[in-house]
Amino acid sequence: MFKIVSKRELNPTVTMMDIEAPLVARKAEAGQFIILRTDEDGERIPLTVAGYDREKGTVKIIFQIVGATTEKLNHKQVGDCLADFAGPLGRPTETEGLKKVCVVGGGVGCAIALPVAQKLHEQGCEVHSIIGFRSKDLVILEDEFAACSDKLTVMTDDGSHGTKGVVTVPLKEAIDAGENYDEVITIGPLIMMKFVVGVTKPANVKTVVSMNPIMIDGTGMCGGCRLTVGGKVKFACVDGPDFDGFEVDFDEAMKRGAMYRDFERHAYDEACNLFKKEVQ
Amino acid sequence: MAANMSLKKNEMPVQDPVVRASNFSEVALGYSEETALDEAARCLNCKNMPCVSGCPVNIHIPAFIEKIKEGDFEAAYQVISESSSLPAVCGRVCPQETQCEAKCVRGIKGEPVGIGRLERFVADWHNEHAKENVKRPEPNGHKVAVVGSGPSGLTCAGDLAKKGYQVSVFEALHTAGGVLVYGIPEFRLPKKIVKKEVDGLKALGVEIDTDVIIGKTITVDELFDMGYEAVFIGSGAGLPRFMGIEGEALCGVYSANEFLTRNNLMKSYNEHSDTPVMHAKKTIVVGGGNVAMDAARTAKRLGADVTVVYRRTEHELPARREEVEHAMEEGIEFRFLTNPTKINGEDGWVKSITCQRMELSEPDESGRARPVAVEGSEYDIDADCVIMSIGTSPNPLIKSITAGLEVNKRGGIIVNEDTGATTKKGVYAGGDAVTGAATVILAMGAGKTAAKAIDEYISSK
Repeated sequence: MFKIVSKRELNPTVTMMDIEAPLVARKAEAGQFIILRTDEDGERIPLTVAGYDREKGTVKIIFQIVGATTEKLNHKQVGDCLADFAGPLGRPTETEGLKKVCVVGGGVGCAIALPVAQKLHEQGCEVHSIIGFRSKDLVILEDEFAACSDKLTVMTDDGSHGTKGVVTVPLKEAIDAGENYDEVITIGPLIMMKFVVGVTKPANVKTVVSMNPIMIDGTGMCGGCRLTVGGKVKFACVDGPDFDGFEVDFDEAMKRGAMYRDFERHAYDEACNLFKKEVQ
Repeated sequence: MAANMSLKKNEMPVQDPVVRASNFSEVALGYSEETALDEAARCLNCKNMPCVSGCPVNIHIPAFIEKIKEGDFEAAYQVISESSSLPAVCGRVCPQETQCEAKCVRGIKGEPVGIGRLERFVADWHNEHAKENVKRPEPNGHKVAVVGSGPSGLTCAGDLAKKGYQVSVFEALHTAGGVLVYGIPEFRLPKKIVKKEVDGLKALGVEIDTDVIIGKTITVDELFDMGYEAVFIGSGAGLPRFMGIEGEALCGVYSANEFLTRNNLMKSYNEHSDTPVMHAKKTIVVGGGNVAMDAARTAKRLGADVTVVYRRTEHELPARREEVEHAMEEGIEFRFLTNPTKINGEDGWVKSITCQRMELSEPDESGRARPVAVEGSEYDIDADCVIMSIGTSPNPLIKSITAGLEVNKRGGIIVNEDTGATTKKGVYAGGDAVTGAATVILAMGAGKTAAKAIDEYISSK
């Protein structure tokens, strides 16, 4: 069993937890993911590693409450255990040799972008971070990004914090202004990553995107997480989750990602009703 | 008891096809004691035992059937368990018709003895009646690691544990059993039977660590550092193959692995499961193997109208005859000499599948007649779900990380067939990780071979 050793709400829909999982903590690297089940008979969901403490043997996860399983996970408290927590899976983000990188995070994707930015910063790379949120109360990890970035730009859709607008605006300005990035690493909603590539591809700035498709086993067996990259079938669990942004078919990934939307909505409502009943 | 000279085997009682096509309970119900005694009496107890040579794990078949004739079912079980770690599983899923029963003398004129059915009877009788009194073998002080808890891993672990080895089995998923739990459906192999077999191994002292992915959580080299003297890799089948045709990324297209994993491992057929699965109206299954039959019959039970398309004829179907017959009885349609060329979508979802007619030509390197497309024969079949069941490649995880472990061009780990030894010292392998998709019993045979070789390797050190 995998004990929750700390829990903190980062905003009303995003929660951070440290999970006791010494074997995973020993090996985890930025960019990799884990698979968890909250309870026996629960669903297997992949979450990208948001941090780790090798000495304490804990792995940090940050998740947005989007469906039944994340709702159940959010109801767990410090001291409770998760039924399963397996990993680390997938390939770590490649950072070797990078000297100047722009990290672009959107929403809860910033949770995954942060360890990448930190790793780059630790290896002496110049890090420019652009993080975007819908509004001020949804902003997460701003201080942490500030600590590992040579330059930080915070964007909100409604202008309630930082600069009003989307992340691609400052990114394009930076590239146009002659910032010579070795690479742009972007993690966030598919639509955001698609638009980031829309900016970087014409400028020919190599762009790495982190894909988070639907998965079941996560170990290279079921093929559920397949994507089309460069016209070929790739599997996010073993070939990714990082891919060359220029080659990813985002439109297809968005359609596939919505396959169970009705079911998820229903399951989420059921889970919420169950918790409401318990409260009553 | 006089020999029963009936030319036919006793039939296996089954659930009515109409009823079973909408439930997930086991289809075959098993012999009663009377039927088992009657069937056992058909065995002539041949001196040269041709049936034994047809069994990949060489069960002493006439000996266990003799015990059935004597009415000593527990003794019959003990005979089987000398050679097989998973009798209740093999009695259900082995292709006996091409193995032991194919060699049975009674099959020359009439039907062979129902060896598989008798094996299942004995195993079920034991599971129901026997008081477990497992003797833990004297520990010999040596540790062996087994990667994967499917049929090859469980067999290897069981054989080594019986010799006194301290065996740890590492399983990537949350439940032990490998393909027996994620692949083979409940209606063919109830999961409580797999659990019982796994519990039997635990009683022998085998430790099972779930949620540990060897190659990721712990590497093979680290296992040696942890004091394991040998490692057996039975990591099983891997990524599914697709046809490479247009439309395979549409919503509603599954690999058989994904479709079956959702249903079998995650129980998505149960409406209370958190894991979703599509309840399609019209499902097309592409392929003709046992996995295709499992997928088709599962889709049927979820309420779909199901058609299997296969590019050769009924004669070449690689699936077991029994599975094909069961599928047909359940109302699954088969279109032979039919091959998909395109999956057509609307708003990102499957709408229909375009197929072309095929003709058989000269045999190819597999010895089967090669299907050739008939020009201009394309036609569409309406469908909202397509399940691709055209094979898998061995699991990619371990080989990409373990130095010194060589694989062939299909991704299978290269082994010495007589021992299961890989190109890395102290590392053995077997099952689908070596051969690509094959049968449960062949994987068990490989686990057994490796267990023997590992014992010799460690004893001679």
